[in-house]
Amino acid sequence: MSEPILSLSDVVVAFDALRAVDGVSLTVPRGQRRAIIGPNGAGKTTLFNTIAGVLPPTAGKIAFDGHDITCLPSHRRARLGVSRTFQITNLFPRLSVRDNMVLALRGRSPRKYSLFGKPDPDAAERAQIDNALEAVRIAGRADVTVNDLSYGEQRQLEIALSLVTSPRLLLLDEPAAGLSPSERSMVAEIIRSLGRDITVVLIEHDMDLALGLVDRVTCMFEGRVLVEEAPDEIRRNKKVQEVYLGRPRHA
Amino acid sequence: MKIAGMTSRAAVAVLVVLVIAAALPLLLSNYRIELATEILIFGVLAMSIDILSGFAGRTSLGHGAIFGVSGYVVVYASAQAGLSPAAAILLGVIAATLVAVVFALLAVRTSGVYFLLLTLALGMIVWGICLRWTQVTGGENGLRGDVRPAFLVGHRAFYWAVLAATTLVSYAMWRFVRSPFGLTLLGIRDSESRMKSLGYNVPLHLFIGFAVSGFFAGVAGALYALFNNFVSPSTVALQQSVEGVLMMIAGGVGTLFGGFVGAAAIIALENVVSAYTERWQTVLGLTFIVIMIFAPDGIIGMLRAILVFRFRSSPHIAEPRFELGNKDTS
Repeated sequence: MSEPILSLSDVVVAFDALRAVDGVSLTVPRGQRRAIIGPNGAGKTTLFNTIAGVLPPTAGKIAFDGHDITCLPSHRRARLGVSRTFQITNLFPRLSVRDNMVLALRGRSPRKYSLFGKPDPDAAERAQIDNALEAVRIAGRADVTVNDLSYGEQRQLEIALSLVTSPRLLLLDEPAAGLSPSERSMVAEIIRSLGRDITVVLIEHDMDLALGLVDRVTCMFEGRVLVEEAPDEIRRNKKVQEVYLGRPRHA
Repeated sequence: MKIAGMTSRAAVAVLVVLVIAAALPLLLSNYRIELATEILIFGVLAMSIDILSGFAGRTSLGHGAIFGVSGYVVVYASAQAGLSPAAAILLGVIAATLVAVVFALLAVRTSGVYFLLLTLALGMIVWGICLRWTQVTGGENGLRGDVRPAFLVGHRAFYWAVLAATTLVSYAMWRFVRSPFGLTLLGIRDSESRMKSLGYNVPLHLFIGFAVSGFFAGVAGALYALFNNFVSPSTVALQQSVEGVLMMIAGGVGTLFGGFVGAAAIIALENVVSAYTERWQTVLGLTFIVIMIFAPDGIIGMLRAILVFRFRSSPHIAEPRFELGNKDTS
């Protein structure tokens, strides 16, 4: 936990007059698990998209591992080792699970430009694919078309796609969105078992799930950082309870 | 066992089809041989459109123009500039590829109906140039010239030459769509945003795909110039693009080899119907409505669906994905 792998300074994202993200600064040390929480409309997803490179910031700076990535498009960030999942499942529905993984794996390899080459993954690629599918517990489903997977399995594949390239920063956008309680705990288990060489930043609505997974929590409200604390302190923080959970029911 | 990237069963099937195709001229009249030659040429055009449509999810209405430019250049280079047929063909294919490159630069950042309209408009510009640049293109009269070398003048000899060329480019296209690069086109068809987040430069991939597709359309155009010995603005007109797209749809989008089936169906229909009525385009239109309603996956898609229904082997075969290199038998 030495130098930060990700640092944002005074990042502003404005849509005309609406400042969805309004001067956010935060630093994430290498290997940390960080949650970004906050009520609806707090600017979490906007901030997340800005880190992933989907939205350019209006002002401010973003640095990843010593590179200034403020103006880099998302495919260039991906090549530096930033990987993300999508809140709304975003897979290749008409391809098999294995072809999905092959595409994920070759995004950063020159083999994607092989115009007339053999399509099948080689031994090294096959091993990486098997490992990632193993990590998210859908190893037995490699030859199934994504359309035929259950929703839970699709969420697991969603994580596998961003894991297979061995990213250094993994951005998880509501990884448990729409899952049943048992599927949720499975996803939590998958995230917990990730190696510490991967830094994880996640957005999650489910407070119990998020707080049980991370080292540190950033709570956003109206485009700004409200507090940044360890999960236990967040649980007791009065301000967080007010903006996020509503007024406490028990005195 | 795999032969040239195909499973042995697929390789045998290809061989049987090739032998039958090669034997056809021995049985057919000269007129029918010409029809068969035309089917092969338009099959290549339909396949080149399918590369973009069925794999990258971008349907082009500009491929008729790319095809026609190649034809114009081949006829001009051999009849007006006096080059050898080989040099003329080479120039024609290069010209078509360059036109495709220009189209691609303008069109790759669009998708859906915008891509359709942009390629349509670009094709119209090419048509306008061919119509108005009278000194070079002959305007409405078009260009005439005997392009074929002496040994290809006979109907059978030419058919066999076209069959050989078609086999070669079909194999190249098949290798292209199922290469690692071809898989990236399928990925773009299914989810552009995911491809971007995985590190792919999506416009660059579409650009390469478009240029390669244009190259193959150019090959078809050069063959057509040799076949017809004549080009006119109608060779580059929207009608040409639309016919290519309709052949691809009739065969089955994303099946690649459906291009030949679609070309055969439409050229046969044109010739049968036009013997009875001058309104064969009406009949063509009605046929399309019927295909879109009852076989939206094209003729190949329909046959697959029937096979699946009969044998209930695998429900996934109905997916619009070519099956020549069947994974489960490899």
